[in-house]
Amino acid sequence: MEDMMKSFKNNSMKWRYFKQTLFFGAVRLSALIIALALGGILFYIIVNGIGAISWDFITKPPTDSMTKGGIMPAILGTIYLTIGAIAIGLPLGIASAIYLTEYAKQGRVIRLIKVGINCLAGVPSVVFGLFGLGFFVIFLKFGSSILSGSLTLGFLILPTIIGAAEEALKAVPQTFREASLSLGVSKWQTIYRIVLPNALPGILTGSILGIGRAAGETAPIMFTAAAYFTAKLPGSIFDEVMALPYHIYVLATAGTNIEATRPIQYGTVLVLVAVVLSIDLIAIIIRSYMRKNKRW
Amino acid sequence: MTRQTKEIIIKYVFFTFSLVSIIVLGLIVFSLFREGLPIFGKVSVKDFLLGMEWYPTSDPPSFGIFPLIIGSLIVTVLATIIAVPLGVMAAIYISEIAPQAIKEILKSVIELLAGLPSVVLGFFGMVVVAPWLQDTFDLPTGLNIINASMILAIMAIPTISSLSEDALYAVPREFKEASYALGATKFETITRVIIPSALSGISTAVMLGMARVIGETMVVLMVAGGAAAIPGSIFDSVRPMPASIAAEMGEAPFRSAHYQALFAIGIVLFFLTLFFNLVADYVSHKFRQVGSGTL
Repeated sequence: MEDMMKSFKNNSMKWRYFKQTLFFGAVRLSALIIALALGGILFYIIVNGIGAISWDFITKPPTDSMTKGGIMPAILGTIYLTIGAIAIGLPLGIASAIYLTEYAKQGRVIRLIKVGINCLAGVPSVVFGLFGLGFFVIFLKFGSSILSGSLTLGFLILPTIIGAAEEALKAVPQTFREASLSLGVSKWQTIYRIVLPNALPGILTGSILGIGRAAGETAPIMFTAAAYFTAKLPGSIFDEVMALPYHIYVLATAGTNIEATRPIQYGTVLVLVAVVLSIDLIAIIIRSYMRKNKRW
Repeated sequence: MTRQTKEIIIKYVFFTFSLVSIIVLGLIVFSLFREGLPIFGKVSVKDFLLGMEWYPTSDPPSFGIFPLIIGSLIVTVLATIIAVPLGVMAAIYISEIAPQAIKEILKSVIELLAGLPSVVLGFFGMVVVAPWLQDTFDLPTGLNIINASMILAIMAIPTISSLSEDALYAVPREFKEASYALGATKFETITRVIIPSALSGISTAVMLGMARVIGETMVVLMVAGGAAAIPGSIFDSVRPMPASIAAEMGEAPFRSAHYQALFAIGIVLFFLTLFFNLVADYVSHKFRQVGSGTL
């Protein structure tokens, strides 16, 4: 070793490239560790969860105080909550982004709005849960319901959607707008007829990542929408629902028999991961396809 | 209505929509204060923040959240120590070294990692990491600081890595070319030119990653163990602030002192993460790289 070091010092070029090789090795190792972490977690969940998956598991409600049966109400609840979150987050997010990219001029107000969006993006999910409880459940008297949960999740994903929509709107070439305006078309019609249709695929794929997040969040719905167990399916938006993430938490920590329900837990985790990651994967694939086939 | 007035109305409608984020922030503060501030009629702010005992259901109860704050800080610091080297190095690999195909795959991997629901990671920590830690180190429980920190690091890596990569990517091409022209190796160019130029972006990435970790709930709820005491080692259990809120809100009677104390923890958590975000925002604007002229 001692000799090796000496020879490197004598031959500085070699020493410099040796350091580079070491560094590149460390950098590659980091990337590998991250990839293995994802791969390992997914592999483990699939191997352990696949045995629990059956048609009955997906289409039947739980039985015997949640130690047997399926998870259909939780799947349905997650779908309701996610659709609700999109219905709130998407229009508000797109409208926000339209103002920021199409109308706003650089200045203090815009800076303030952008800081506000960044801060909202950083609000912890459990604080969103408290907000939903304090504001929607108690102050507006919506109770613990699909409505309260959807509103909470909708505002949670709002910053993600604004970000995605801003990026997509900015990607529409300025010449499109100029061409439209030069024909005497008003600004609003230009946005509505030219800018939005061109930006929409980008807005939607970007938003899908936010939607995946809404489907997987637990803390925001714990106090606002999620029920431990409901015998019947929800009849209106003022009913509580079961949800996949909360179901996992309940079974893994507070179930009647934690060890005996492990297979159900693994199965539920697999279903949730499959739902969320396939949503994300679709977005990633569409996006890379769009980037390759850009028309302008 | 003339076309002009119509256009102006539309503009103001969109302006109103753009204020929604700020309005929601205001409503968050309003709700937290409305439900949480009454606790300070019963406990002083100082006793709340620095009190060593969190026994919300004893008689008389005591509401000292200092052990919870310490729990949050410890797991955050440890998770950052694990996540920063991995995240930043991966970003360097993606932006400077990796071939195009690997780059695409790795970016997707990081995005999917970011998409893993926190409850799934918490579950993984419970059923895989905890038993492994318990057996390997012969511990009474595997639900402890180091377990929580490792899982939290996995959650912080995507934030740190993707934002660092953006920062590295934004370093002007001429910088690299100038460095190569002077005979520097790729390694020297990366460590002496590219990283220093991207440092404000990387710092922002680290701070946003930390903010995410402090506020992360399900992981610390499921794998940190839940002991509301100052830990003696990284193998002890802790009860970070978000875990306390999530675990106890269900059983705290409506508008009891306990319920109000949990909202007050929410206030602390909100302002702590707000602080991190504002600092990150300040750093990214103050030291923003505008073209190559500012260096």
